[in-house]
Amino acid sequence: MADAMPAAPGPLPVGPVGRRGLGQWGVGALIASEAALFAYLLFAYFYAAASARPGWLLEPAPKLWPALPNTLLLLSSSLVAWIGEKGVERGRRAEALTGLIGAFVMGAGFAAVQVYEWSIKPYRLGTSSYAALYFTTTGFHMAHVVAGLVILAMLALWVALDFFSPRRRIVVSAGVLYWHFVDAVWLLVFATYYLTPYLGFAR
Amino acid sequence: MTPAALRVPAIDDDTPELRARLHAIWATTPGWKGWFTTVDHKEIGIRYIVTAFVLLALGGVEALAIRLQLAGPDLRLMTPEQFNIFFSMHGMTMIFLYSSPVLSGFSNYLWPLLLGARDMAFPRLNAFSYWVYLAAALFLYTGFLTGNGPNDGWFNYVPYAERQYNPGLNQDFYALGMVLLGISTAVGAANFVVTAFKMRAPGMSIDRLPILIWGTLTASVANLVVVPAVSLAFFLLWLDRQFGTSFFRPAGGGQPLLWQHLFWLFGHPWVYAIVLPAMGMVSDGLPVFCRRPLVGYSLVALSTVATMILGFGVWVHHMFATGLPGLSLSFFSGASIVITVPSAVAVFAWLATIWTGRPVRSTAFLFFAAMILLFVIGGVSGFMTASVPVDWQLTDTYFVVAHLHYVLIGINVFPVVGATYFWFPKLTGRMMDERLGRWNFWTMFLGFNLGFLPMHLIGLFGMPRRVWTYPAEMGWSALNMITTIGSFAFAIGVLLFFVNVAKSWRAGALAPADPWGGSTLEWALPSPPAPYNFAVIPTIASRHPLWEEALDENTPRSTITRGMMLDTGKETVTTTPLDAIPDRIVEMPCDSWAPLLLAVALGILFVALLLKLWLAIALGALLVLGALILWLWPQRRLLEREPAHG
Amino acid sequence: MSAPPLGYLTSAGERAAAIVPLTWFVLAVSVIVGMVVAVLLLAAIVHPRGRALPTAIVAGDDHGLAWIKWGLVLSALPLIVTLVWTMAALGRVAGPPRSPALVLDVTPRQYWWEVRYDARDPADRFVTANEIHIATGARVLVRLHGGDVIHSFWVPQLSGKTDAIPGQTNLTWLAADVPGRYRGQCAEFCGLEHAKMAFEVVAEPPAAFERWRRAQLQTAPPPSSDAAQRGARVFQSHCASCHAVRGARAAGSTAPDLTHLMSRRLIAAGTLPNTRGSLAGWVRAPQTSKPGALMPDQQLTGQQLGDMLAYLVTLK
Repeated sequence: MADAMPAAPGPLPVGPVGRRGLGQWGVGALIASEAALFAYLLFAYFYAAASARPGWLLEPAPKLWPALPNTLLLLSSSLVAWIGEKGVERGRRAEALTGLIGAFVMGAGFAAVQVYEWSIKPYRLGTSSYAALYFTTTGFHMAHVVAGLVILAMLALWVALDFFSPRRRIVVSAGVLYWHFVDAVWLLVFATYYLTPYLGFAR
Repeated sequence: MTPAALRVPAIDDDTPELRARLHAIWATTPGWKGWFTTVDHKEIGIRYIVTAFVLLALGGVEALAIRLQLAGPDLRLMTPEQFNIFFSMHGMTMIFLYSSPVLSGFSNYLWPLLLGARDMAFPRLNAFSYWVYLAAALFLYTGFLTGNGPNDGWFNYVPYAERQYNPGLNQDFYALGMVLLGISTAVGAANFVVTAFKMRAPGMSIDRLPILIWGTLTASVANLVVVPAVSLAFFLLWLDRQFGTSFFRPAGGGQPLLWQHLFWLFGHPWVYAIVLPAMGMVSDGLPVFCRRPLVGYSLVALSTVATMILGFGVWVHHMFATGLPGLSLSFFSGASIVITVPSAVAVFAWLATIWTGRPVRSTAFLFFAAMILLFVIGGVSGFMTASVPVDWQLTDTYFVVAHLHYVLIGINVFPVVGATYFWFPKLTGRMMDERLGRWNFWTMFLGFNLGFLPMHLIGLFGMPRRVWTYPAEMGWSALNMITTIGSFAFAIGVLLFFVNVAKSWRAGALAPADPWGGSTLEWALPSPPAPYNFAVIPTIASRHPLWEEALDENTPRSTITRGMMLDTGKETVTTTPLDAIPDRIVEMPCDSWAPLLLAVALGILFVALLLKLWLAIALGALLVLGALILWLWPQRRLLEREPAHG
Repeated sequence: MSAPPLGYLTSAGERAAAIVPLTWFVLAVSVIVGMVVAVLLLAAIVHPRGRALPTAIVAGDDHGLAWIKWGLVLSALPLIVTLVWTMAALGRVAGPPRSPALVLDVTPRQYWWEVRYDARDPADRFVTANEIHIATGARVLVRLHGGDVIHSFWVPQLSGKTDAIPGQTNLTWLAADVPGRYRGQCAEFCGLEHAKMAFEVVAEPPAAFERWRRAQLQTAPPPSSDAAQRGARVFQSHCASCHAVRGARAAGSTAPDLTHLMSRRLIAAGTLPNTRGSLAGWVRAPQTSKPGALMPDQQLTGQQLGDMLAYLVTLK
């Protein structure tokens, strides 16, 4: 009979360290589920577009101003948020706050421009199925932007309160990861609603 | 005091002193406060199971009302309006509020015990998931009790569900209730997935998982990505109804078929999600009563995963009659026929286990063995509907109703009742009455088959689903009467089960730790287990930690009585996803109000949305936000400054 | 016992006939598989080799794998046959006929069936409801239009189901070999009276069908008797906003066309026999025999009802 030996690991990290820990898995699962949600929203668009009659597309050539610069603004906010995360990692509070608050301001700017864009659309939620899809998809994304902004604000507050250290910072990493997700999803939404018409889809 | 960055976990024997220390750390606060704030997976698991059984009883009463109305031709016990609400409530209750939550309950209770863990990965999320499930059930039943139950069947096709044809609040209750329930399912699924990959005892590599883990894990991965489809569909329906959008309304360019795609993209994987864990129960429970390991472990595990992967590709077989192009029909027909293969693997594995083992005819065994037959009957009738031209006749007749009842009762209710007989001693510390168990089994088994086997014939004779009555000259009267009698016999069987549970819980014989001679870790624990489950973290060396002596002389042995103590706080250990090598000591959360608070806030928000009370919606949203921030507020103990920062 | 009117284990036309043998085959396979498993289970359980718990553990992991191997090999055969047969049958029944003898536009509505007979010459087109006549041996193309909610067109003896979905037009077809009346039924849940939304397909020899068709093209004759004339006025004031009678001024289109009401065997979408008594009952209190039907109770006096019936029976 072989000997019974309990697992006797050497030194183990206690709790989350850096970006690693159970929370990372949790945020991963959340993002997987949310990504699926957006996949279905985009599926709904493509399904409706593929089986639609001509004229369904209310904007055969969507205006890229201000949507394109706004997209670039949101994408670069991801970079700024990453700088904030690095700041926490290096223990530099000023850098961390600059990054997080900077990302917050850029995200809020994106949201403001998006609201402005909604307001100048010639159609409304109830106009047609295209309009409903456009406003709902961008609306769902807006809800995620707002959630992301709350997260960035809370992170900045907690950094200001000096809650984190280079080692204990999984909350920051998870929050910033979520912000990256919000930005990445926008790229898909943007490509679907603003770019595929130029490729001739559903025109 | 802040914890050290690294620590070598101390190793020692399981001693009474250690148990006393752990008990003080892990026990839920006694009294009502603990009742509302507990995060113990065992508490939550039992709550899930009890709630699901209550809903099973409600759904059952609805079914009996339906069966009375259909017992003979041209009966007028119910109006069509009542009938439509009753059959929709019945389907919705059984499919969404009973069959999945009951499995979540068992998995919640059993997973950490099977895995050698002290709790699930996210205990507070676990509590939250239960509270939201309860809230959704209350929400949906409030609709029913105020005369606003769903009335368009459980799959709720548009445009009939649109406001133009369905002006009451019925569909708004259903739509919002389903979105709420979806939150519970999705976070529960996330918890299972992370638990499966991170919370296993050292040495429990991926090829040593009990099949129940495979079943629930597969179901959870699927739920994580398909539940958003149905939540979205219901949300869009609500927008159509309340804000004049036209996602599904053809008048505004919407597509009624988009609903069906979104619904069945979710719906078919969901069907597997509510049977795979139950199949896992049989795969784990049956071998114990056959006194041998399951035949073909790897094949069965693989077939579980394969079923789900194929299951993503067959949703269109619910839509064969919607006028799809021929190529699409051929593809989905073929996929639906092929999906029988992995199911066949499981069936042959179980049969082989019984034939090459020494079956012990306990009540649990009878339920598990009966499940094999019912599974096969439900499987072959499903295989018949996979053939498109045949399905054009079968679909939307009582043949499909018979099929889905063999699937849901055969592969969900029977294993669940068997699992209750099997694990009841572990859950409650008491044995269930075996004599009453025999009566329970035979009444359920004979009643069920008396009721539902003839129903196939009713379908072949052309009775459509969801008709509130039928004329005498259709030739269905006698068979319907038999079905009604059978359903009542079956209901008596279920009642006997509830009686046995109640009676045994109060005064059953005291259960030893391992009444059945089981092979998995939970049987190494006292019945019921202590709040911390394992006093020392076990180390696993095989698939059958408790049968190693009996099975083989020469393999390494698992150790259950000596291991990491982790008794300096509410701690446990996480391991690597595949090989289960310890990689981190983690601090588990204590009792918390946050889950209940968040669930209540969500409940307020959804009631406000239903009634479109804007002020209350804003208030609900703020409450949700506040509860979330409270939940996520970094715990000083865990997260903040190291000593260097003061 | 006579065959159930909606049964589909027998057939009366080429489209349904192509499916019946396949249905019997998969049914037989299913019954055999179920019985084999039942016998295997019973045999293993009735004579258990073990007794009370706990007994020794009997075998290692590898025993019994042959069951799975042989089980799969044996199941492969019926699966492959079914797959091939399915594709073959699908090829025969799926596509609508290229040159149909008759083209119908069917629009199901809550809870009745509008049937338009298409023809190249507009003068040959007409509309009827709830009773479809076809010639035996003719392949009939049915274009299904969505009227309100989703319904499903199903005549088990002649053809499987096809849904009628708002916003799209689905094609199906049917054919009957033998003269007779074949019951059809809505097969997709559509609301309160989904149950009572039936129709009939009447297959007749070509000559009889042609006679029927010519009769349907006629407009209704003006009422001759006093009672019928009064009845026509009652009809005009109470019924004409929904029902049409060609030849009279009634031109409603949200309820069945009644120009040839008396030529139909059943009324209220297959719910009641078309007798004077049940017609009277139906007009007087539609919600009694078909609760939930969209036809409102018109509160007619006895006199009005009698006159109306005198008028209705002239619509032959």
